[in-house]
Amino acid sequence: MRRRAADEAIFPAVVALLVAAIVGDALILSFGQNPGTVYRLLIEGTWGNAYGLGQVLYKATTLTFTGLAVAVGLRAGLFNIGAESQLAAGGFVAALVGLVLPSGLPALVTLPLYVLAAAAGGGAVGVLPGVLKAKFGAHEVITTIMLNFIVLALLNYLTAAHLKVPGSLHTAEIHAGALPRLSAMFAPFHGSAANVVIVIAAAASVLTGWFLFRTRRGFELRAAGLQPEAAEYGGVNVGGVWTRALLLSGALAGIGGLNFVLGYKHYYEEAFASGAGFLGIAVAIVGRNHPLGVVLAALAFATISQGGLAVNAVVPKQMVDVLQAVVIIAVAASVPGVRRMLRTAR
Amino acid sequence: MTALAFAAQTLRIAIPYLLAAVGGVISERSGLIALGLEGYMLGGAFCGAVASFYGGSAWIGLAGAAVGGVALALLYAATAIRFRADQVVVGIAINLLVIGTTRFFLRLAFHSSANSPRVPGFGAERSGTGVLSLAGNPLVWVAIASVPIVAWLLYRTPFGLRVRAVGEHPDAATSVGIRVPRVRYRAAALSGVLASFGGAYLALDQHQFSAEMTAGRGFIALAAVIFGRWDPFRAALACVFFAAAESLQIQLQGSQAIPSQFVEMIPYALTIVALAGVVGRAVPPAALGRPVE
Repeated sequence: MRRRAADEAIFPAVVALLVAAIVGDALILSFGQNPGTVYRLLIEGTWGNAYGLGQVLYKATTLTFTGLAVAVGLRAGLFNIGAESQLAAGGFVAALVGLVLPSGLPALVTLPLYVLAAAAGGGAVGVLPGVLKAKFGAHEVITTIMLNFIVLALLNYLTAAHLKVPGSLHTAEIHAGALPRLSAMFAPFHGSAANVVIVIAAAASVLTGWFLFRTRRGFELRAAGLQPEAAEYGGVNVGGVWTRALLLSGALAGIGGLNFVLGYKHYYEEAFASGAGFLGIAVAIVGRNHPLGVVLAALAFATISQGGLAVNAVVPKQMVDVLQAVVIIAVAASVPGVRRMLRTAR
Repeated sequence: MTALAFAAQTLRIAIPYLLAAVGGVISERSGLIALGLEGYMLGGAFCGAVASFYGGSAWIGLAGAAVGGVALALLYAATAIRFRADQVVVGIAINLLVIGTTRFFLRLAFHSSANSPRVPGFGAERSGTGVLSLAGNPLVWVAIASVPIVAWLLYRTPFGLRVRAVGEHPDAATSVGIRVPRVRYRAAALSGVLASFGGAYLALDQHQFSAEMTAGRGFIALAAVIFGRWDPFRAALACVFFAAAESLQIQLQGSQAIPSQFVEMIPYALTIVALAGVVGRAVPPAALGRPVE
């Protein structure tokens, strides 16, 4: 069983890698460049130096949160396409709290407050589709997509009308308990945005794994995801599970907002999520909805994304956007086939 | 602002919605979730602009848009049908793919990361925003005609009967000899053509392609499909209603009466209301999103 699960996780990733390499080569050649040179630049610009590595870690932090958010939803059989707006809402509410708090407070007091605020912001956006699904049967894919537009428009309005510094798209700077960057502890990271929210991301992955696989609520959640009718028959309140799953999912995405708002810029800025929520879907799928897989996939997608900037002088950085989409399609297309192959091979 | 000018502006905004939404109705009625509409539109806009630029004519641009739209729709359909991939995942990925690809080839073809050079469109240059320029644009007539034609196709032809059958009960359709995959491929291709025309309308109307120029219009069209309960006429009404709200907001912009962000929310909020069943339940085709064995 365990062996099969591992095969099922690895084969689609290998297929995706091969397809991405072929498409990547074609794009690089179409631009008249040598694929080998471009890939070398990509590796050197990411894992090859401390700054690049710091940027990869920073991007992977946000992606871990949105990936976990999508994965928790999928474990419950729900597709949360709303991580983008939940991430933004979490960052927004945390920024609101930060603007109100007095600046002298120690991080030990402010950090839990920020985490709670971000979780509340993301969770509020997440729980709504959960309630709509449980009470009215409204499909969560559509409601989360529609809520993305509604919530982002609302946040843009609130920022533009009430909070922004004139002439910019962001709020005033937050002074209460700003989170230290990694470069404060490890000098070579200097200039990169990596910060201590990465520790929260690691803790969140462990806790999510513990919740999913070691608690009764987590068992109920997975049971409802695998077979809702059977779970209902077994005494699980499936509607309640859906609501709680999307609440947790939204809260996880929301906490991801801290990475930019408190770890990097120290203000909320319009559209800071910039696709990290949607990429969370890819992270969860490639990571097979397992917290460890999510962390690895987040690192992989962060590498591709930072790598795009590293090669931009030679090949347009949009190449990596294409590759990310190709990876998602290849994994999604190969998973059912691999599953069937393994089943017949047994 | 006269009533006529308001109507013209509403129609102008509604055209791309109409084309994409009518395409979305066909796709969803066949059981394929139409999450890729945004991508088909953007792909259509790009291919339309490129073909019009190199071909020197808006008609060639239109043909180019159709080719791009069909290619994307068939890629989506093939992964969903042949490989039985999750339609939601692939639909979202198609949109990401098109955003990246169009930006990449924008730089390759035109050495710009933002927009293409000026391309030929329909009608005279700078013909204004009036009623006459709309009447001179064949895509306007295509969009208006597409609504009754698709309704006729869906409800009055054998093809439409098959599309609805495979969307509601693919197993039953298979048992009476309908080739479910083939019907879904055709429905997907048709939706790709229509949505790509919606994107081409934008590019040819503005005489250029700019990066991410569809700006979420595909999702508004999807909202119209659901709010219109998967019927071409009702979806078209929803499109016109959404366009009228936008048009009104443009009028009110000077007076600051309603912030634009709240008008932006209308289509999405109404879709959620429709799905929650507050004004009559919106029930999707029974086999929507389900692969067939």
